[in-house]
Amino acid sequence: MILHTLIDYDVLRLIWWLLLGVLLVGFAVTDGFDLGTNILLPFAGKTDVERRVVINAVGPVWEGNQVWLILGGGAIFAAWPQLYAVSFSGFYLAMFAILFALIVRPVAFKFRSKREDAGWRKAWDIALFVSGFIPALIFGVAMGNVLQGVPFRFDGAMHIFYEGSFFGLLNPFALLCGLVSLAMLVMHGATWLQLKTEGPVADRARRFGGFAALATLVLYALAGVLLWLYVDGYRISSVVDATGPSNPLLKTAETQSGIWFANYQAHPWTLLAPVLGLAGAALAWIGLLARREILALLASTVSIAGIVLSVGASMFPFILPSSLDPRASLTVWDSSSSHLTLFIMLVVTAIFMPLILAYTSWVYKVLWGKVDEKAIREESGHAY
Amino acid sequence: MDLDIVSLSRLQFAATALYHFLFVPLTIGLSIVLAIMETVYVMTGRVIWRDMTKFWGTLFGINFAMGVATGIVMEFQFGMNWSYYSHYVGDVFGAPLAIEGLMAFFLEATFVGLFFFGWDKLSKVGHLITTWAVALGSNLSALWILIANGWMQNPVGAALNPDTMRMEVTDFAAVLTNPVAQAKFVHTVSAGYVTAAIFVLGVSAWYVLKGRHLAIAKRSMTVAASFGLAAALSVVVLGDESGYLSTEHQKMKLAAIEGMWDTQNAPADFTLIGFPDQEARENHFAIHIPWVMGLIGTRSLDTSIPGIIELVERAEGRISNGLKAYDALQKIRENGGMKNITPELRSAFEENGGDLGYALLLRRYVDDPRQATPEQIRQAAQDTVPQVWPLFWSFRVMVAIGLFMILLTGVFFVLSARRALDRHRWLLKVAVWSIPLPWIAAEAGWIVAEFGRQPWVIEGVLPTAVAVSNLGITTLLISLGGFILIYTVLLIVEMKLMLKAIRKGPLVEHAPDEGVNVRANQPSAPTETVELA
Repeated sequence: MILHTLIDYDVLRLIWWLLLGVLLVGFAVTDGFDLGTNILLPFAGKTDVERRVVINAVGPVWEGNQVWLILGGGAIFAAWPQLYAVSFSGFYLAMFAILFALIVRPVAFKFRSKREDAGWRKAWDIALFVSGFIPALIFGVAMGNVLQGVPFRFDGAMHIFYEGSFFGLLNPFALLCGLVSLAMLVMHGATWLQLKTEGPVADRARRFGGFAALATLVLYALAGVLLWLYVDGYRISSVVDATGPSNPLLKTAETQSGIWFANYQAHPWTLLAPVLGLAGAALAWIGLLARREILALLASTVSIAGIVLSVGASMFPFILPSSLDPRASLTVWDSSSSHLTLFIMLVVTAIFMPLILAYTSWVYKVLWGKVDEKAIREESGHAY
Repeated sequence: MDLDIVSLSRLQFAATALYHFLFVPLTIGLSIVLAIMETVYVMTGRVIWRDMTKFWGTLFGINFAMGVATGIVMEFQFGMNWSYYSHYVGDVFGAPLAIEGLMAFFLEATFVGLFFFGWDKLSKVGHLITTWAVALGSNLSALWILIANGWMQNPVGAALNPDTMRMEVTDFAAVLTNPVAQAKFVHTVSAGYVTAAIFVLGVSAWYVLKGRHLAIAKRSMTVAASFGLAAALSVVVLGDESGYLSTEHQKMKLAAIEGMWDTQNAPADFTLIGFPDQEARENHFAIHIPWVMGLIGTRSLDTSIPGIIELVERAEGRISNGLKAYDALQKIRENGGMKNITPELRSAFEENGGDLGYALLLRRYVDDPRQATPEQIRQAAQDTVPQVWPLFWSFRVMVAIGLFMILLTGVFFVLSARRALDRHRWLLKVAVWSIPLPWIAAEAGWIVAEFGRQPWVIEGVLPTAVAVSNLGITTLLISLGGFILIYTVLLIVEMKLMLKAIRKGPLVEHAPDEGVNVRANQPSAPTETVELA
């Protein structure tokens, strides 16, 4: 097959780096509000019917949204196999905790309202809360660790050795990033709830969402300052061969303080990402207070996209730096799939991503409108 | 089995995959059954068919949730527990998984919500499209997963790149049209259809025995019997043994299934039962049927099937070729990679590269396979024989159940055509008690396919023992214990909810003149029924 050489290898790598960002944003924006509403469940809904309103506000869509995560896993496997191999095995117990949450979640949605018993429902409410809380926190903690570098190395045959521990992941900067992620997804979940519900549930969502939006703003800014002051970044210290073989060990790299901000200085337009992250959170707060439902949701979406993309913009071209052996760090130029695989996957994505967006929008359109208590009471058994 | 990283990782993968596979076949099959029922509803306008769709849809939903929950683990586990595998073959193996997400799972998961929540929000046809989208999504999902799995059994269209030390795609079309993958897809999906058919048949038979929901139960049985008969025939006739002669290790698997130690002349006998003895390399108390193995394995009467002893000898030859490739590979890498390669090294590597994986079998015994002693080489060749008795018995259990399924669905197909579904109570009881059988067959089938793959994770390319992540034993014990615990708890809860939903029965909205059971939602009362349809 010669067709794939139509697009140069370095261009394909860049496109797949951007698509990695699209997938992360897609997941954080869609499944993000599901996780957020799960966390808000015990606070926004006080009675059983109110809780069912909260659950059913995401009931028909969470399953589709969660596919962003599964697709993210698959796409990283296909396009960035070393990233998939190193991060999933390195963060093993953290991944296990996330999986635990994600195993419980579908079941909790489905099973909770199948029995009347109050104890049964309370147990599943806790399960839903935990299954939202754990992934929201851990994804942020993982990001915080990636920014600081992760202790892994390769041997000559590219076997991976990870020399950190689970508790090593829980350092102060990483925990701060975990809180940013938590606040951000609670804000997002709240903007979704206030749009899909009414009455006391929507009012509580606005109140908690307002706090969360302010927390996002403050914690994200704080994380930025700490990143500048205390976290060393990484730079490639040898010649970059952007079309070379995907073998990280062919380069050298080193740490340098403040280097995570070099891209912003070199290309000031990239500052748009953190600015949108901050401005979006501020606007979401205003939208929630002013009861501008759609504005709040959109602003929160923009904030999430800005925050996620700002991590990518800081680190480019690094994807997963190694604190143990900087040379082993995975970058855009040396940890992708082959030229042919990247091309095939791009073609498949170009065909199916628009289709996915089209039918997903159609489904959201069909389901548009508020979930109220009356609908829950009348629904003949299919609602959660 | 020692508690080392490799066996714990294998145990965890097997446990999570076997759990996942409890839910997958029913999802695949039941999604089609729902789509068929709803199509009848839309075409005839008879509300009873919508009631049926909703009722079986409720059971589908409970099962689907578990399928999703256990499926996420599968997608992430390759990276978590098999990081060298992920690095070594991600360029090839990752693509079908990602395409599965893009093409199939997104479709299935997005529309499954609408299936449940969209009854009042969509037109009849709009909802029917939704249901078919779920069915299409779940079946396409199986296609891509089996293309990925087929590649593990028969790794076509890829080559090792010494610069990156991994397999890279050379011919994607070959990966897609892999004959092993095609055979597996038809076999596995048909098995899913049988599972759903037997489930629907058995549950409906229970209603008929109890005299409840007769109109819905009988119609469901008719759908299940005809759909199930076609599927059961397809599982057996298009069984995936047809791919077994395409590669060396598939031949080994076939020989192990058969307990066939020595090569037999065509057409080979089939050992109906017997007790394989791995040490003595023979079967005790074996009963043979002439010709049948030749037919199963080669679909012909004149192709011979090599026995285990001959295949081990061949493996020893491939190990020595593999060592030449391994040596060339090390030299290529020492010389600075493919850009500095000499013609001699290139030809040494290319001539023997196909056997490189066989040299890696020695990694169990020595760090550098080139240092292996002749004794270790003999041992590694011996390792290519999977454990025979689990394969031998799993295969026989699977086939016996498969043949019984044809009989059962066939009988009910005839009864349904004669409108005599409720005439023989003992047959109805047999149908109820048969409900677990397709699951047993599916799990046995997984064991034949995947346990039979050992010692390879990618046949001939990467031994399982080399593919694992470097994890601590404690870490692995935590996750293994955690998965088994949570899966078992959820499985029990799931079964209880299934039984509860079955006892509660369908909610009935159709009019009495559609043939039935107006008081169906009072479960305990045996009701009079009027068959009009």
